[in-house]
Amino acid sequence: MKAVINNYIREEMFPNIWCPGCGNGIVLGAIIRAIDGLKWDKNKIAMISGIGCSSRITGYVDFCTMNTTHGRALPFATGIKMANPNMKVVAVMGDGDCSAIGGNHFIHAARRNIDLTAIIINNMIYGMTGGQHSPLTPTDKFSTTAPYGNIGQSFDLVKLAIAAGASYVARGTVYHVRQSTSLIKKALNKKGFSVVEIISDCPVSYGKMNKMRTAVEMLKWIKDRTVSKKTWENLSPKEKKEKFVIGEFLDIDRPDYTELYSEVMERAKKMGG
Amino acid sequence: MNNLKKKNNIKLLQGNEACVKGAILAGVRFFAGYPITPSSEIAEGMARLLPQIRGKFLQMEDEISSMAAVIGASIAGLKSMTATSGPGFSLKQENLGFAIINEIPCVIVNAQRGGPSTGLPTKPSQGDMMQARWGTHGDHSIIALAPSTVKEVLALTIKAVNFSEKYRTPVILLLDEVIAHMREKVEIPPSEEVEIINRKKPSVPPDEYLPFKPDQDGVPPMANFGEGYRYHITGLVHNHEGLPTSNPQEIDSFIRRINNKIQENVKDIIIYEKYFLDDARIGLIAYGSVARAAERAVKLAREKGLKVGLLKLLTIWPFPSEEVNRLSQEVDLIIVPEMNLGQMVLEVERSVRGNCEVLSYSRVDGELINPIEILGKIQEEIKK
Repeated sequence: MKAVINNYIREEMFPNIWCPGCGNGIVLGAIIRAIDGLKWDKNKIAMISGIGCSSRITGYVDFCTMNTTHGRALPFATGIKMANPNMKVVAVMGDGDCSAIGGNHFIHAARRNIDLTAIIINNMIYGMTGGQHSPLTPTDKFSTTAPYGNIGQSFDLVKLAIAAGASYVARGTVYHVRQSTSLIKKALNKKGFSVVEIISDCPVSYGKMNKMRTAVEMLKWIKDRTVSKKTWENLSPKEKKEKFVIGEFLDIDRPDYTELYSEVMERAKKMGG
Repeated sequence: MNNLKKKNNIKLLQGNEACVKGAILAGVRFFAGYPITPSSEIAEGMARLLPQIRGKFLQMEDEISSMAAVIGASIAGLKSMTATSGPGFSLKQENLGFAIINEIPCVIVNAQRGGPSTGLPTKPSQGDMMQARWGTHGDHSIIALAPSTVKEVLALTIKAVNFSEKYRTPVILLLDEVIAHMREKVEIPPSEEVEIINRKKPSVPPDEYLPFKPDQDGVPPMANFGEGYRYHITGLVHNHEGLPTSNPQEIDSFIRRINNKIQENVKDIIIYEKYFLDDARIGLIAYGSVARAAERAVKLAREKGLKVGLLKLLTIWPFPSEEVNRLSQEVDLIIVPEMNLGQMVLEVERSVRGNCEVLSYSRVDGELINPIEILGKIQEEIKK
């Protein structure tokens, strides 16, 4: 018997390009299981990515897929959703892809609250180009372009998404894969702009620079650093900074952009002409 | 009754408004843009008219995302367009390349103003002719059209949409500030009289569909997302399946094909007009608003008994080399007036291959080239 994921992948594209121990495959599995749980028609799913290791994900799945330009997955996805609101549109991005070069698109997709799901695989590093730090690399960690330690403050994507106007915001990790799968499933099913950040590991680039050269070391580090929302709330400000906090952070209902645009079309019919 | 109907279809329109009318007549149902002078009236017209016909208008956060949204909407099945000016055109180059490599039909209007950078907002220029051809990186081909009257804006916008669908390529419509903002009388054709070309759809079932396998004409049939054909689109060089390839043979045939599908159809794509060239000894070659001054200069020259004619280019890219070469065998001198430091004159020289003398007449001070100065140049050359 074939595993669930075999019904959703392009087998001819395997083996994939990801390094041994990479978390991208875990997220791919989680996304597929979440979609399988929803029993969506594959013909109506558009999965869009930008550029980077994680963005290769769209090549591996049997949907309408598009591997676009660096940082631009969300505006491409926005065009598809506006043109055909019946499509289920998912954007998968890396941390640099989403929060650096694509940062402006991310906040505006949230502001519009357009009915898309954004999944950010956050391995805290630019892996494909060899290990440069991203806006999500924690302060004081090392990268090939921060050989003396990263002095930058990292973004909190969850807070950013909430402030910018998203409807659903959650965070999981590749260690807590069952929880991540259910968070993704809920996000996919949510009307409006939904965001799931998955903390992931990159032993080859991030680990190499930060004394965690194996996937096991990295996953253990992620596990030890991760706390639930409830636990996190009782921590001191200093402790809070050192932790990855996971769970659901926002789940509200407000009209999405395609619904509002339908109203615009009605108004235009009455007022224009 | 018919006359009355015809009268109602005659409008005094701005170039940008004619562009909106033409696009909607051609079937454009999606527009994404970002405000920039002198193109903003196109976005404003689209924002007003598209929702009335259940079309989609989006004002995006920047020029880059506008181009991305246009491509996404086209893949999802809507004829799509954006409009900008120089600084925005620079930003669009990234995703313009994505549309080229993935053969996504779309139209980009560039109402040119003086550059570089912020340049001259808002004075006319023809400074982006080469950027239209080579602005995005890598070997590629492109179609670019340049109207010189408001009537031509309407007609060429329709052509641009049709070419984009027929050849699965982005098409650039090069206006300049004068053409964009000038008002002229235009007859709007009834929609049933407008030729509409739609992208070819696959004739095979989904499991046999190869999204980038070309037909005889070099253009692959295009399935829209959501229609039951699942496939991959990538900015990486790809094979017939649409999957990334590093096979040298596949790479070579792909890059050549996306260029050749345009170069091999120049007869269909190239549009030009000739004025008084039959017995001309001096030929002017001009496009855009400068072609208006050149046409007037020809009339003034003829009044003085000078044998001068004009080749007005409406298609800029692919460049009408054959036509220019033919002209060079018939005249002694070609003068190319342009509102830039001489961009298209380089293509003219390449096409002429030494058959006759070629002179550039350029102006980059933000002012229009007027007929008198072209006439002056003609007379100066005759005296020599």
